[in-house]
Amino acid sequence: MPMSATTVHEFSGATRDEASLRRFLQGLPGVDAVGVEQRSAGLATRSIKKDSKLWAIDTAIAMVDLTTLEGADTPGKVRSLCAKARNPAPGTPKVAAVCVYPDMVATAVEKLDGTGVNIASVATAFPSGRSSLKVKLTDTELAVEAGATEIDMVIDRGAFLTGRYGQVFDEIRTIKAACGDAHLKVILETGELATYDNVRRASWLALLAGGDFIKTSTGKVSPAATLPVTNVMLQAVHDWHAATGQLRGVKPAGGIRTTKDAIRHLVAVHEVAGPEWLTPALFRFGASSLLNDLLMQRQTQLSGHYSGPDYVTVD
Amino acid sequence: MTWEYAPAPESRAIANLKPSYRMFVDGEFVEGKGEPLKSVNPATEEVLAEVSTASQADVDHAVKVARRAYDKVWGRMPGTERAKYIFRIARMIAERARELAVLESLDNGKPIKESRDTDVPTAAAHFFYHAGWADKLGYAGLGPDPRPLGVAGQVIPWNFPLLMAAWKIAPALACGNTVVLKPAETTPLTALVLAEIIQQAELPPGVVNILPGAGDVGAQLVNHPGIDKVAFTGSTEVGKIIQGSLAGTGKKLTLELGGKAANVVFDDAPLDQAVEGIVNGIFFNQGHVCCAGSRLLVQESIAEELLDKLRKRVSTLRVGDPLDKNTDVGAINSRAQLDKIHELVAAGEQEGAHRWTSACPLPDKGFFFAPTVFADVTQSMRIAQEEIFGPVLSVLTFRTPDEAVAKANNTPYGLSAGVWTEKGSRILWMANRLRAGVVWANTFNRFDPTAPFGGYQESGFGREGGRTGLEAYLDV
Repeated sequence: MPMSATTVHEFSGATRDEASLRRFLQGLPGVDAVGVEQRSAGLATRSIKKDSKLWAIDTAIAMVDLTTLEGADTPGKVRSLCAKARNPAPGTPKVAAVCVYPDMVATAVEKLDGTGVNIASVATAFPSGRSSLKVKLTDTELAVEAGATEIDMVIDRGAFLTGRYGQVFDEIRTIKAACGDAHLKVILETGELATYDNVRRASWLALLAGGDFIKTSTGKVSPAATLPVTNVMLQAVHDWHAATGQLRGVKPAGGIRTTKDAIRHLVAVHEVAGPEWLTPALFRFGASSLLNDLLMQRQTQLSGHYSGPDYVTVD
Repeated sequence: MTWEYAPAPESRAIANLKPSYRMFVDGEFVEGKGEPLKSVNPATEEVLAEVSTASQADVDHAVKVARRAYDKVWGRMPGTERAKYIFRIARMIAERARELAVLESLDNGKPIKESRDTDVPTAAAHFFYHAGWADKLGYAGLGPDPRPLGVAGQVIPWNFPLLMAAWKIAPALACGNTVVLKPAETTPLTALVLAEIIQQAELPPGVVNILPGAGDVGAQLVNHPGIDKVAFTGSTEVGKIIQGSLAGTGKKLTLELGGKAANVVFDDAPLDQAVEGIVNGIFFNQGHVCCAGSRLLVQESIAEELLDKLRKRVSTLRVGDPLDKNTDVGAINSRAQLDKIHELVAAGEQEGAHRWTSACPLPDKGFFFAPTVFADVTQSMRIAQEEIFGPVLSVLTFRTPDEAVAKANNTPYGLSAGVWTEKGSRILWMANRLRAGVVWANTFNRFDPTAPFGGYQESGFGREGGRTGLEAYLDV
């Protein structure tokens, strides 16, 4: 594995070769499951009310990667999602991005070009990642050429679980190079990594390889994003920043459907990573149904009463 | 970008605070003949309520009715019947949990999230757990038909007012004893609401009697000749006086006293969770915990990294209004305790330890102390030897496991200890060598009614909770 100029100096030794990488990742402090779950449960009891709740709702809206990743996706569906993304409801911020499959990127670009809403595309044989590097690379290039500004790649969990960390590292590097100016989010699929120790190692692996974001899940595997997993990943980007001065982002995806859940995640961002992560540049929600719940709760905060799902658009 | 959490205070109306509280004797609330005391909200320094206190005559009377209740009713009642009453008390505590939690935070100064999530649920759990024992005492491994002792005199501290009352009353009742209990002078209110619950549960009159008052009432109670068993939780100083005065009287005694627990962090520990455990160990309940992890022993090779993480984490602790649901650290219980903390912190600075205090804002009034961490502490300093009983952590380092054990055990106390390592064999090796009643591994300050709790040496003797805890209330 050749050392690249973009590898951060402090950790250049860690990525010198397969053995060094393995030693580094396995030498990271362990994560105690009981402890991290207790801390997450504690943060979930924060009571966010009034102005601080409204601020959190608007911030969460601006952090949504509005997602449709179905076999049944059509240009019509993507167009209606794009319209929602640009203007979720009167007075709200735009969402951060629309997230689609590569073949839908061109449709999204038509509707979103110049709006400031990013176009994210999954790539690399999403969701399983079970294909050759050649296919993954082509998949990525297609999306970038079609105009995607963000690429959500999946790691090879099979390689990771068999301990071939170097292969995962190289693959992320290769995809990162193919992204050009597009931001790279690295999906760890934490539901398949199973342990918090693995989540921490995979997070560091993705950060070392140059991922701009680390993302929990594809949304196709259960469990997807959980508070303790997000907590471990937030700790990783915090520690990365402390060691290198670089700010990297986190994206929990899948399973976050309610405003209450979203606010609990924001509390974790605030208290585990730090207040500087409370921006769409560094934290995203990968979600589809969350946005409407945020809009309903926003109406409730502003009008003082809850109107229900018939008062937000279903797209 | 800043995100301020808006105030989220629990309503104090929920506490149903009354202007005055009376003592509970023979199933009735009665005026005591002692000088009434005023219970103060430590977060605002306002008087919450006036509470009547017991005179010597009141103590005599309470012990007499407790004896009568023991002889005539409770001591001879079948365990299956006693259990029904204790279960009823447990359920009623759970039903009034919110009221009790708010009242506890008002009277004690602890944050509502702790009174709500720890104190009150654990108090109910103690009654539930011991209710289950009442008809199974023959199977506790203490003989086929263990008998109760008689009348128990119990004196409890101010750091967990309701929970300590539950720890004391529940096993006593389950084993068939009757009780005269004195709550702490600064925090009598929740014990008197518990008395209300006991009255509504229709526990036979005299089985539980609650006499508020200061130390003199406690002394009269434990020295009373009509008492068969004394249980005390509080300072080592008072514990020694009680042990001295009870010598030769034949009364059974259990003491749960001070501590200076070591929280030992090895270089292979799960560091982020160790930080959480350290924070929980010393800042839980403002550090007013006899088993608080007040001495952090960290392996030298990771000391700097751990301390950096710890200081950053401690900076996020929110100190302030105990009733705010987002408060992490509440008010120090009294002016006297705050003065003691200031004195020991000054001693730490003067002896050359390196002080760091969180820059968190503190309220203008009330008794508050910002979370403080002393680095470069050595064994000979007062802050490494004496119990501070406040949100102040002393950090020492060690090089080898043997040195960690030697330093951890180098204290006259021995109530609890913590071990942080991912190596299971080392946890067991440490647990075998640490002289402490409770050893937590990769966690801290976990309490459960099924787990016995108690100390070594100047931390006292006897165990509370679990099967072992029953022994203190049975004639075995």
